[in-house]
Amino acid sequence: MPDVNLTVDGKKITAPAGTLLIEACKAVGVEVPSFCYYPNFSLQGACRMCLVKIEKMPKLQTACTTVISEGMIVTTDSPEIKQARKSMLELLLGNHPLDCPVCDAGGECELQDMTFSYGAAESKFMEAKNHRDEQQWSPVVFFDRPRCILCYRCVRVCGEGMDVWALGVQNRGVSSIIAPNKEDHLECEECGMCIDICPVGALTSGAYRYKTRPWEMKHVGTICTHCSDGCKTTLGVRRADAGMEIVRGDNRDKSGTNGDFLCIKGRYAFDFANHEDRLTQPLIRKNGRLTPATWAEAVALVGRKFAEIRDRNRGDAIGVVGSTRTTNEEAYLLSRFARTVLKTNNVDHHRTADFPAFAAALRGKPGMTASMAEVFTAPAILLIGNDPTEQHPLLTWQIRNNVRLHQSRLYVVNSRPIKLRRQATKFMQIAPGAESQVAEFLAGSGDPANQLISSSADKSAWTSLREKLRTEQNLIIIFGSEISGSAVSNIVRFGSAISGTKFVCLGDYANSRGAADMGLYPDLLPGYHPITGNTEFHREWGEIPPTTGLDLPAMVAAARAGNLKALYVVGSNPIGRMNIDPFAFSNAFVVVQDMFLTETAVTADVVLPAANAYEKSGTLTNTCGDLQLVKKAGDLTGVKTDFEIIVRIAEAMGFDIHKLVPFGGGTRADMGQSRGAESGEADRHAVWLEARGLEPKLSPFDSMAIFDEIQRLVRSYDVSRMNLLAGNSQHTSLEHAGPGAAHKPESIVPAKDTLFTSGTLGRYSRALQSVIESHEAKHSEVAAD
Amino acid sequence: MKFSDQFEARFAEMLPHYPTKRSALVPTLLYAQDEVGFLSDEVIAELAQRLELTELEVRNVISYYSMLTTRPRGKYNVQVCTNISCLVRGGEDILHHCQKKLGIGNKGTTADGMFTLEEVECIGACSWAPAAQVNYDYHENLTAEKMEEILEKYKSI
Repeated sequence: MPDVNLTVDGKKITAPAGTLLIEACKAVGVEVPSFCYYPNFSLQGACRMCLVKIEKMPKLQTACTTVISEGMIVTTDSPEIKQARKSMLELLLGNHPLDCPVCDAGGECELQDMTFSYGAAESKFMEAKNHRDEQQWSPVVFFDRPRCILCYRCVRVCGEGMDVWALGVQNRGVSSIIAPNKEDHLECEECGMCIDICPVGALTSGAYRYKTRPWEMKHVGTICTHCSDGCKTTLGVRRADAGMEIVRGDNRDKSGTNGDFLCIKGRYAFDFANHEDRLTQPLIRKNGRLTPATWAEAVALVGRKFAEIRDRNRGDAIGVVGSTRTTNEEAYLLSRFARTVLKTNNVDHHRTADFPAFAAALRGKPGMTASMAEVFTAPAILLIGNDPTEQHPLLTWQIRNNVRLHQSRLYVVNSRPIKLRRQATKFMQIAPGAESQVAEFLAGSGDPANQLISSSADKSAWTSLREKLRTEQNLIIIFGSEISGSAVSNIVRFGSAISGTKFVCLGDYANSRGAADMGLYPDLLPGYHPITGNTEFHREWGEIPPTTGLDLPAMVAAARAGNLKALYVVGSNPIGRMNIDPFAFSNAFVVVQDMFLTETAVTADVVLPAANAYEKSGTLTNTCGDLQLVKKAGDLTGVKTDFEIIVRIAEAMGFDIHKLVPFGGGTRADMGQSRGAESGEADRHAVWLEARGLEPKLSPFDSMAIFDEIQRLVRSYDVSRMNLLAGNSQHTSLEHAGPGAAHKPESIVPAKDTLFTSGTLGRYSRALQSVIESHEAKHSEVAAD
Repeated sequence: MKFSDQFEARFAEMLPHYPTKRSALVPTLLYAQDEVGFLSDEVIAELAQRLELTELEVRNVISYYSMLTTRPRGKYNVQVCTNISCLVRGGEDILHHCQKKLGIGNKGTTADGMFTLEEVECIGACSWAPAAQVNYDYHENLTAEKMEEILEKYKSI
């Protein structure tokens, strides 16, 4: 677009034609106050705070609705404008309760800030204020009408942003009021975006209200531990009896790929961390009962038993189940620990997508994976399978707003009429399970299989869809776990023939992709390198057992046959989540690391209380392959990170931990940047040492030491450390992946989570449970009618 | 929900005049209200579906306009203007007279369902103030006696 020249406060500035005046001012550092204006939403012109003087225009103009034009001369600060702002604020405060001392927003309220900067000290209004009691609209959304300044941001974010349209404006003039869609309550996706975007304290969060004040918390921007989209959530933490308690999750730090977006889980479902059922002491089975024990006792026992079994029965009598929620460093360390300390390849995790087939298909092809950010800008998107609205809220937000703001073309193929069809250029409904036939049809040149033909999708519709897709450029193809094995290679073959195509393979958990990338497989090492072969891992790690290990079903069979003597479960609940017989491992020595006494943990011989992703530092990889830094926010006395536990067990087994974690003497070191609110003395000491050219003494529990190794050996992870530490996401591609592997499609067990569930974690989140209950209650009311 | 053929014909005729379906909402609401008497939940649901809006959006618009109502009214809606011109010419007396005569207050409806009384803002009949509007008919240069006659007339129709 051509540039336009204008003058703002005597400064000559240039901006692209079509820019709004308020944005042009912002770009050169001139602040024009506003409430109702919010980037990327429709213009409102309601609050009149952004009034500026434009020469040759008779009255003050709203900068938020004025498009710049050539030669425009603008004044943003004059006695007239000052007076206008004062009057506007006076009007807004006319019915405002001024209950800042008790209001949740107090201290981070835009109205407070504006009044402070631009307001008058006193009001001319003598009218009685129109009071109305606070209303609860859902378990997580509260509305305090008198505080509302009617900027309509909530209405727009809910409708335009979320495509939910649950908020509206009722009545007019002074009696205008924000109204929920079901008279006195909301029926919506409970994302809480309306609360975050509210410039005042009118919409408040059920999870946080009246708990504390913003300045009493530390705010840690970290990555959400629920789905695999990798949103940045800002956790507000406060000192508590047993460490640091997380009291709030919100979107204060907008530097993540999610920008303004956060769903219910990232915002409210941190509360599992504060659940009273958290394990804070190791448990050892004594006389058939799990009995509290000390860490020293538990770790020594596990070390002794693991070493005994390994030495007596060989390593392949031990099975290891990793996690899809632990950090990359922990997954990598576990993979390495299993192969080199336990000497077993019986390593698996809860697989929710066929990443090895994906890696195999994309190997050697540069730039073929799309980042989450690119989903927002791609000119065309093909979505096959999955229900992103339920399982990938951020991905959905990116797609929906890409269609809305950039007119991207969305093609949806699904067995259900998913909500995203409303944004779709073309929606094709297919029979459940026919996704792989779609892949085959797209990759080939023949007719669609009979199974794909329906009244709404006849032969010519399919053929024209394929033709249309082939004419697209820079297409992003997104597919769910319905596409696995050869279907993945079909999809990639189809896409590779289209210029600029990129792919996203959808896994289900926060680090599903990382667990796969870090080699939690019986036949694959980190980076999808085969266990058989002579890779860098074989050279660096030392001896790796040469034969492919057992996957989880095979471990179950081996345990039944009495061949599997020990099972080490790290942050996973296979019995609860993967339909595995609770008695399968009765005769094995089972060690479980978890936060809660899960279905798997109750069967264990030793249970070790683990920290969660909000209580540790490290990195996570989202389903697109975006690598992001996790910062420690909460803290609970008694628990340890999975990283630390693994290292301690290795030591208890008599293993030289220098051979497991390359700590001390690393060329790159974490100086505490990754530790968030809890960076303490040790970190400051490390910085002091570094400043004097001395080598910092790194702890064997420093995950960044393993991250050094990951960056060195898993080539796609060799991203900018500087950018990563700065809190940016860094995309990892699969170009340099190993050859991957072909696995049975049955080995993938989709998590089947919804917007309000999150595996085992979700069960311990009161916020999620209360929302599920309230939604169920409403449904039964409808049914009773 | 079933509307009359006349409504359907008007609705079909009107739709193509607007760039989006949403734009047809206000006239459609008026037609529906004239036919049904008020905008019931059923009408709201039906129109929301026809115009591809949420029920909330339809309710928002209804609540904005005082001439649209979600509550049943009497057969005759007596709207007495008390805006400035009518006020100085005795509009309030007319209103009070109606209240006394009908035995109802502002926005009330008589027990027999014949009349609803409403105090309204300017109806654009200042030259003939005080004025009132019964449904769509204007009555001007009113006096208490004249108003009484008018009410009697409607009662006897």
